[in-house]
Amino acid sequence: MASLETAMSRLFSRHWLASARRFIHWLSRPHVILSLIMFVLMYYMIIIPLYRMLETTLTWQMRDVATVPGAELGGLTLYHYARMVTGALSEIYLYTPLRHSLTIATGATVLALAIGGSLAWLVVRTDMPGRNMVNQLAVIPYIMPSWTLAQAWVVFFKNRLSGGTPGVFEYLFGQSPPDWLAYGPVPIIICSALHYYTFFFLFVSAALMSIDSSLEESGELMGASRWRILRKITFPLVLPAILSGFIMTFSKVMGTFGGPNILGAPVRYYVVSTMIRGSIGVGDRADGFVLALVLILLSLLIITFNQRLIGTRKSYETIGGRGFVAQVTKLRQWRKVFFVGVIIFQALVIIVPIGLLVWSSLMLQDGNYSLSNLSLQHWIGERGTIYNHGEPGVLLNPKIYKTAWNSIRLSLWTALFTALFGVLLGYAIVKGRGTRLSKLVEQLAFLPYVIPGIAFGAVYIAMFVKPLGPLPALYGTFSLLVLVSIADKIPYSSRSGVSAMMQVGRELEEAAQIAGASIWRRFKGIILPLTSAGFVSGFLLTFISVMRELSLIILLVTPDTQVLASQTMFYIENGDQQMANIVILILIALVSFGSFIISRFRGGSLKKGLGM
Amino acid sequence: MATSITVKNLTKYFGDVKAVNDVSLTIESGSFLTLLGPSGCGKTTLLRCIAGLEDPDGGEIYIGDKLIFSHTRGISLPSAKRELGLVFQNYALWPHMKVEKNITFALEIQKLSKEEMQRRVKETLAEVQMQGYEERYPREMSGGQQQRIALARMLAYRPKVFLMDEPLSNLDARLRMDMRAELKRLHHSSDATTIYVTHDQVEALTMSTRIAVMKDGILQQLDTPDVVYHYPANLFVADFIGNPKVNLLNGVVIGDKCVRVGSFNLNVDTGNASGEVVVALRPEDATISTQPDPDAVEFNVYSVLPSGSETTIVASRDNVEITVKEAGVSKIKMDDKIWLKFHPHALNLYDKESGDLIPYKN
Repeated sequence: MASLETAMSRLFSRHWLASARRFIHWLSRPHVILSLIMFVLMYYMIIIPLYRMLETTLTWQMRDVATVPGAELGGLTLYHYARMVTGALSEIYLYTPLRHSLTIATGATVLALAIGGSLAWLVVRTDMPGRNMVNQLAVIPYIMPSWTLAQAWVVFFKNRLSGGTPGVFEYLFGQSPPDWLAYGPVPIIICSALHYYTFFFLFVSAALMSIDSSLEESGELMGASRWRILRKITFPLVLPAILSGFIMTFSKVMGTFGGPNILGAPVRYYVVSTMIRGSIGVGDRADGFVLALVLILLSLLIITFNQRLIGTRKSYETIGGRGFVAQVTKLRQWRKVFFVGVIIFQALVIIVPIGLLVWSSLMLQDGNYSLSNLSLQHWIGERGTIYNHGEPGVLLNPKIYKTAWNSIRLSLWTALFTALFGVLLGYAIVKGRGTRLSKLVEQLAFLPYVIPGIAFGAVYIAMFVKPLGPLPALYGTFSLLVLVSIADKIPYSSRSGVSAMMQVGRELEEAAQIAGASIWRRFKGIILPLTSAGFVSGFLLTFISVMRELSLIILLVTPDTQVLASQTMFYIENGDQQMANIVILILIALVSFGSFIISRFRGGSLKKGLGM
Repeated sequence: MATSITVKNLTKYFGDVKAVNDVSLTIESGSFLTLLGPSGCGKTTLLRCIAGLEDPDGGEIYIGDKLIFSHTRGISLPSAKRELGLVFQNYALWPHMKVEKNITFALEIQKLSKEEMQRRVKETLAEVQMQGYEERYPREMSGGQQQRIALARMLAYRPKVFLMDEPLSNLDARLRMDMRAELKRLHHSSDATTIYVTHDQVEALTMSTRIAVMKDGILQQLDTPDVVYHYPANLFVADFIGNPKVNLLNGVVIGDKCVRVGSFNLNVDTGNASGEVVVALRPEDATISTQPDPDAVEFNVYSVLPSGSETTIVASRDNVEITVKEAGVSKIKMDDKIWLKFHPHALNLYDKESGDLIPYKN
């Protein structure tokens, strides 16, 4: 009996030991460790903030205790939802801004499609002269900060409503432009479309290039007219590309803050993103979070819809494959007309806005267009004048240097971590392909994609006003900006990391593994050298994209952690237009410099940088 | 130097699919074993399990006497410690390293001296006849040359076991022939235990000392090429091996040593068989005559396919179609009458239901 018992216990412990060994073996595999580390990091950076945000909207806040009878700090309540969704103020707080957001997103997307689609067609499928140059210039508006155009618009079209000084329009034509042209939905839609048409341009031109011309030629042989071919053959084939552009543009515009704030605020035209900032600014954090959740829900909805709609149709993209230089439409006598038209358009969205900002920055007093008013005061003026609340000119302003340094620092750190995350996530996901852990990590990495910039910022306030586990309360620190920027870029880093790793292929690493190389040696000797091109271009693209990010960090900056992007917004809100414009110009210079370096690097293309 | 490999009850799942299903086999020291089967049969997975690139879900693997994997005991030696070399289908040469660096990568890990490394590079490049290619990058060489370098890379660090995963399938037909001869020569001179994965039955028959045929993760037959070819263990193996394909004829046992197929009788050792069977006949195992012969069966020639060294003839008789082969260029023409004589010992009988070989009585 006793011997049976010992035999049993030995068997049992041996079994237990084997399981433990197997577990340790599983755990000691590099991609499992990496997956687990990345999972924990992303859990902290994405899941907990989202949870905290949800929690805040569902509990009584300090502010409510003072104003709402019966409120108990921390107790569960649907009060904020009731207030925002059905309450007396819901029309002002939620429904009107939501309607406005949807209006500008729809308008901007349609307009962007028209502009981007036509440009793509002209560049890829016609014999218009100068197509190469047009192709290069077409992406520049996207490289500039998104609110550049809005600010230039204000310089040109503003009327006496804001600041009481005349815009260039009034100076030239002697008449003040009407409110609908100066502010509100029309300019917001135009400015957003002129920034985001790049998505459509890149998607559609790629799709047009990949269509096998024989598909169209066979239509032509059957006697179909040009227009009919365009409508019945070409259009359905580029439809998936158009839909992708639609989704991207729509959700970006929904979450954008700069343009709507500059052009909407003067006429009290609020959209959800500006409303979120408003609510949080006055301390109604829970209300702001409800709005942020609405934005997140909306973009989840759009993305699900998108996957339903084009999930099966994506297979179109592979049709034909290499049929480049298809049939080119001859524009005949219209060639020059189209060319001149396109060049004028590009001048209008690139040179004119920058010119307006420069001009404005040289005006001592805003709105005075006489030559005697030209001055370098705002660039290199002394401290303590009546201008700009006594601040010295931008180039002599220690605050600006600090802000610029913050911008560069933020971009560098974020770019570094994003590139690093890319390699690690790519390795963990690709090596673990087919396992549940890998799928989980990949899906988690995709999550920030559905969180609009301003909402992400809101999420981070919720998380880091209080200490969290080992982390201190990070609100107001520079680290928080870095953290949120990295988190926001995770979908992009994961996707580029995965595609880089897929290109390396598993055999190259396995060959080293069998030859006896340790994981460290494999990373150093095989994986990093083979992914380095992607690493460098990913780094640079993140750098320029963080540099001009506003929506994400506008809620999180403090005077100490101010960056150039948010500084422009504060100058604008303070009425220091010229200072704001100079800072925008500096930002454009920095970003252009970054783009120039990227173009020198092989493998760095803007398309990758758009987070696609 | 060489060593044996023992696989016991190895099982590997991918999701719900058993990619390798309870496979047990022993590979004797110094032998050349081919894992043969159609794509998806689990041959590559089995190889990767032995290499330590996949973790099996059950079973054990020994190299020599050393236990390198055991599910029940929770043991799994990392690839690096299994002392084996692997040649990949797509060569897997590191594109950012020159040939020399590709070869010395593993040697540096073994901490060999500079002189020794130089010697090994020279030696192995000579072995694969690629002297003077030290400074090339992989993309500057043809597929065949890359595969030779991949081979040299493996040879240089002198593993105890060579694993090869369809190493010739990316090469064109001519080159493949040349490389077969060289791989066989290499195995002959190095005497290393080799496991070779392929879906090409000719490759398996020409190169191996033993062939393991697999289907759906299950080991079908493990034997010498001769036995696998002449006495396939079941209908799957019979059908998979041989070109042109084996003739599989449905028949009924109608007496001791007699099977009726369509409208004729075949004399064959029927073992313990009764009822419905399948008769397997290799195309080269029939004697063709253009003259009537009382011991032979009359057929009509349906089609004649000469290919220089031999001629394939498709003959039919009352819905029974048989493919036979004749050496050289045949004089037989379509719609001729021929008489086929079948050697009793060239015919194999299979159980119709299980598909298993029915052994001869004698």
